[in-house]
Amino acid sequence: MDTFDKLSGIAAPLPLINIDTDMIIPKQFLKTIKRSGLGVNLFDEMRYDDDRNEIPTFVLNKPQYRESEILVAGENFGCGSSREHAPWAIKDFGIRCVIAPSYADIFYNNCFKNGILPVVLPQDQVDVLMKDAEKGSNARIEIDLEAQTITASDGEVFNFEVDAFKKHCLMNGLDDIGLTMEKVDSITSFENQASTARPWV
Amino acid sequence: MSPKTLYDKIWDAHVADEAEDGTCLLYIDRHLVHEVTSPQAFEGLRMTGRTVRAPDKTIAVPDHNVPTTLDRANAATMTEDSRVQVEALDTNAKEFGIHYYPVSDVRQGIVHIVGPEQGWTLPGMTVVCGDSHTATHGAFGALAHGIGTSEVEHVLATQTLIQRRAKNMKVEVTGKLRPGVTAKDITMSVIGKTGTAGGTGYVIEYCGEAIRDLSMEGRMTVCNMAIEGGARAGLIAPDEKTFAYCNGRPHAPKGAQWEAALTWWKTLYSDDDAHWDKVVTLKGEDIAPSVTWGTSPEDVLPITATVPAASDFTGGKVDAVQRSLDYMGLTAGMALSDIKIDTVFIGSCTNGRIEDLRAAAAILKGKKKKDGIRAMVVPGSGLVRAQAEEEGLAQIFIDAGFEWRMAGCSMCLAMNPDQLAPGERCAATSNRNFEGRQGRGGRTHLMSPQMAAAAAITGHLTDVREMM
Ligand code: SF4
Repeated sequence: MDTFDKLSGIAAPLPLINIDTDMIIPKQFLKTIKRSGLGVNLFDEMRYDDDRNEIPTFVLNKPQYRESEILVAGENFGCGSSREHAPWAIKDFGIRCVIAPSYADIFYNNCFKNGILPVVLPQDQVDVLMKDAEKGSNARIEIDLEAQTITASDGEVFNFEVDAFKKHCLMNGLDDIGLTMEKVDSITSFENQASTARPWV
Repeated sequence: MSPKTLYDKIWDAHVADEAEDGTCLLYIDRHLVHEVTSPQAFEGLRMTGRTVRAPDKTIAVPDHNVPTTLDRANAATMTEDSRVQVEALDTNAKEFGIHYYPVSDVRQGIVHIVGPEQGWTLPGMTVVCGDSHTATHGAFGALAHGIGTSEVEHVLATQTLIQRRAKNMKVEVTGKLRPGVTAKDITMSVIGKTGTAGGTGYVIEYCGEAIRDLSMEGRMTVCNMAIEGGARAGLIAPDEKTFAYCNGRPHAPKGAQWEAALTWWKTLYSDDDAHWDKVVTLKGEDIAPSVTWGTSPEDVLPITATVPAASDFTGGKVDAVQRSLDYMGLTAGMALSDIKIDTVFIGSCTNGRIEDLRAAAAILKGKKKKDGIRAMVVPGSGLVRAQAEEEGLAQIFIDAGFEWRMAGCSMCLAMNPDQLAPGERCAATSNRNFEGRQGRGGRTHLMSPQMAAAAAITGHLTDVREMM
C-alpha cells in the first residue's frame, strides 16, 4: 500500500453536506472487477452532462482544480454504501486527503486501507480551509500526518486527531492482513475455544 | 460482573485479540459475499497466495446486478460487465470452496434475505458482508457490520475484522403502532429524528413495546436502515419470535445443539442497569405513515405534511435542501399527497420479504394500478417468490397490473437494467433516495410496501389509511 507522510497540494472545495457514495461513484461503475481506472468517473453525475461532456462549473473540471490532491467537504462525507470504489475513485483521480467535519464510518475506514487520509476538523476550521480552497491554485494546503497538522496557505496551523494504529499503518504503508496474520495463533486458539463454547456456529 | 449491553455481550464473546490501544481482532462467524464488492478481494488472495480461512462460514450469492426478468436464464439478458462480475463470483466460489447459491438456484436472492432464510444468521453471531445493509441481520441479535472490499479480503484471509468497540445507543419505541403504520415508518421516523449521522460511532439497539410487537420481517426492516442513520450496526435482542423463526431452518442447529444454543441465546439482552452513551425515545402512537421528500433518508415526513422550504433549516442543510428540492422537482408548501408518481417499486432487502408482499397485496387486492404507471414487484429471494405464488399474492399483483419479477436487488440501486429514466418519479420500498440512486436523474420517494401499493392505485403519494 502507498505510504502517507506529508502532502502539499491544491484543495478542491465541495461545500455540500451528506455527500454520499452514489455521488462519489455511481453504481454503473461498480461493475469493474479491478480497483484502478475509476478516477475519470469520480463524481460522475456532477461532473459530466448526459452527453458525457464536462460540466464546466463543477469544481474538478475547473482548470485550477484539475490537479487537486485534497478535497474539503461538508459533514457526513461518504455516507451510504460500503463500496470501496468510492476511495478507489478518489485515489485514482489523485486525491490523497479529504478534510471534513465528519464521515460515515465505513467510508472512513475504507480510506485508510487505500492510502487516503480522511481528516476530521471542527466545522469552523473546515470553513477556514474551505475559504482557502476557494482561492484555487494559489493556495496550497499542507498536511503533515506525523505531526498531525494542517497548514493553511496563510500559515495558520490546525491540529487533528487520528487513531494511532491507523496512523502507523498509513505512514508505513502496512498491509492489515499481513499484520493480522502475525496473530494467527490467537485466532486459532479463539477458534478452538469458540468451537467448544458454541459448536453450532 | 458489571452490567452489559447486548452489544457488549456479543462483542466480548468474539474478541480474538486485543492490543493495548484497544484495537481488537473480532472473530467473524458468518461472512456473506456478493458479486459487486468481492472480485477484487478474491483477486487479492490469489495475488498473495492466501486462502479462505473458514470456507464453511462463508456464503456467496449474486444479487446486485442479476436481471430480474423472467428470461434471465438466457445469459444475453445481462450486460457484458454484469456477466463478468457474476461469472467471477461463480469461479471464486468454486475455487475457494465456499457455500454458493447461483442465479439458477431457487434459494438465490438478496444476500440479506438469503442469510436469515437459510438459517445462516443466528442470534449472538458476528456477521459481515461487503454491503452496508448487513445491519439487517441485527434483527436476530447478531452483530452485523457492513465492510469495504479490503475488509472482505481481510475476513476471507483471517476470519477476523480489525475493530474498536463502538458506543452504545438505545432507540426505544414505546407503546403500540396505529393502523397503517409499519416497521418501515418506525425506522424512517427514527432517522428523521436523529439525522443520517446521528448514529455515527454507535451500535444501536432498538427496543420497546413497538419493536417487540414486530415480526422478524419487520425487525429486519428496522435494522436494515440503521446504516441510513449512520450507525455501525443495529440490534434487537432475540426472543421467542426470533427462536421460532430460526428453528428448523436448513443451517440452524438441531437437537442437543439447538438446546445448547437456546440456552446461550436467552442470555442475550441488555442488562437493566447497562450504560448507554445515547438514548432516543419515540412514542409508537406518534408515528405516522411516512414518505421521504428529499435526497437523504433523513428528509422524511408524515404523508399528511407538506414539502418543507430550505428556509425551514439551518447550517449546511439549507443549501442541501434547496439542492434536493430542485433535484426532486418539488416546491415548498405543496402537499406530499399531491405528488404524482410514474413508477412503483416494491422489493429490496428493506421490504422484499413475504410479509411485505402480503401487506402490499392486501391493499391491491381486487384493485388496479392507475393507467400509465409502471409498477413492479421484485421478491427478495426465489423462496419468497415461490411462497408468494403459493399464497396467491403473485396473482393479486399481476391482476393489479404489476410486473412479477425474479429475485434480486433490481431497482433498489439500478445496477441491472431496472432503472428510472431522468425525471421519472418512483414510490419505492427500498432504503436510499440519493440523487441518481435508481437511475440518473431519477426521483425516489421511500415508503412502506402498503404506502407504495396505495400510490400505485391513485397515481400519487397517498395516505394508505384512507384505503383501509
Ligand atoms: S436490495 Fe438494495 S440495499 Fe439491499 S443489498 Fe441490494 S442494492 Fe443493497
